[in-house]
Amino acid sequence: MTMPRTDSVLRDRVAIVGIGQTAFGKGLPDTELSLACQAISAALDDAGIAPAEVDGLASFTMEPNREVDVARNVGLGDITFFSQVGYGGGAGCGVVLQAAMGVATGQCTVAVAWRARKRAAKSSRPWAQVPQRLSDHWQWSRPWGLLRPVDEVAMLTRRYIHEFGATRDHLANVALAFRKHANQNPAATMYEKPLTREHYLEARWISEPLCLFDNCLETDGALAIVLVPAERAPDLPHPPVYVHTGAQGIPPQHQTMINYFNEDPLAGPSWAAARRLWHGSEFAPADVQVAQIYDAFSPLVPLSLEGYGFCDRGDGGAFTEDGALEWPEGRLPTNTSGGGMSEAYVHGFNLVLEGVRQMRGTSTCQVESADCCLVTSGEGVPTSALLLRR
Amino acid sequence: MVTEMATGFLLPDVESEDAEEFWAGCARHELLVQRCGACQTARFPPRPMCARCRSTAVEWVPVSGRATIWSFVVPHPPLLPAYAELAPYNVIVVALDEDPTLRMVGNLLARPDGPINEVDPATIVIGAPVRVVFQQVEDVTLPRWVLA
Repeated sequence: MTMPRTDSVLRDRVAIVGIGQTAFGKGLPDTELSLACQAISAALDDAGIAPAEVDGLASFTMEPNREVDVARNVGLGDITFFSQVGYGGGAGCGVVLQAAMGVATGQCTVAVAWRARKRAAKSSRPWAQVPQRLSDHWQWSRPWGLLRPVDEVAMLTRRYIHEFGATRDHLANVALAFRKHANQNPAATMYEKPLTREHYLEARWISEPLCLFDNCLETDGALAIVLVPAERAPDLPHPPVYVHTGAQGIPPQHQTMINYFNEDPLAGPSWAAARRLWHGSEFAPADVQVAQIYDAFSPLVPLSLEGYGFCDRGDGGAFTEDGALEWPEGRLPTNTSGGGMSEAYVHGFNLVLEGVRQMRGTSTCQVESADCCLVTSGEGVPTSALLLRR
Repeated sequence: MVTEMATGFLLPDVESEDAEEFWAGCARHELLVQRCGACQTARFPPRPMCARCRSTAVEWVPVSGRATIWSFVVPHPPLLPAYAELAPYNVIVVALDEDPTLRMVGNLLARPDGPINEVDPATIVIGAPVRVVFQQVEDVTLPRWVLA
């Protein structure tokens, strides 16, 4: 699909100037509200900006902490722009995009985007608390035992393997690359835990054809970023990271998570987001040397590589061969902090912060030559993506 | 025929919006899909408007109950208790013979009154022809599938 060429209102007008995060772990003693406030406070300190200057907030509809509670605790000023994005793991880059649009249009001047999550919290595991009688779209899948996100993605994965010849070795390439990167990152949950191909292939099934290591972690933690107009960024402590382009995506006839009911279920939301993202960009996929791709489940990575145009349709599995996703030698070092599978799973928001670190030059798997970094949110649900640049 | 314990399964509200006719059809052992009352395009899952012509006129028509396996998974625990007791079991997606873009989630059974964990998953093949059968769970009738 081609779109008429237009100048983006957003392009490079807004900079990410602060990042902050808590420790990642299981069973952290702090509440979700405390974690959110700690991450936001750290991001503001990193940016050298006072809380009273914050006038924009953006987060996920699944975020447990309300704007009013965050604002009262961190000591924010008048909030004149606040926005939430839906669809769980598809939201993350869209949240940043909302904040950036708030800044770019002048509805706010200092925006904070964040996500806080505890794995034990009921709100984190909606599949485990659905009511016994289903009156929404889950009535078309759950009665037969398709209960969890992993089951829903496994169904598409089996079809993907059947149609395009992807293999478990390809999925292992994804898991092993991200683990290697986590082994370089002291903040990662799996920093001290190497993973071998043998471990992967011997792991227990969760939903065949997906095994334990095809799944992301379950993590407590919070992350936040601070965005300001580009003209203010040079006065702040860290090198600015610009929001070059961003996009959200819902393709025609899409059904979230159980996208089995249209002509081409394997051409998912990434394809829709990608068309908008690249249209507004000075870069093409061939220019991208580092990426953070949403990885709640390993097969989402080859599907996203196809959607965002790094390879042809059906070649996402083969793309992972020969260490293509691995730092430092691979064609496209991906999830260079370990991603959702090996750093932390905070609904993909840690991917945004790693994208910022890559553009600052402070990643523990730094790709020195990269001028831009693709960050994506969940494939298989209404999604979003960002292209960050130095 | 009741084939499972009448507790713990996630079941549809058989009176839910747009879907009541589908579940009533299952109770009569008829597999129905919606068809646009204006342009005659079939659709599933049910919904109020035809995306092709935007008519809200709806008909319900029986389909043959013949289909092919489009994909399948084999869930293992952790699962909700009622499903964990049956794991590993299979879940399939079938493509209806009338229109392969009309797909439904179900289970593959070894026999019409069999449980969802009786077929050896290693024998399940994408593209295999299947036919619908109906099983009652509590007060709901679910379509499931056996090899044709």
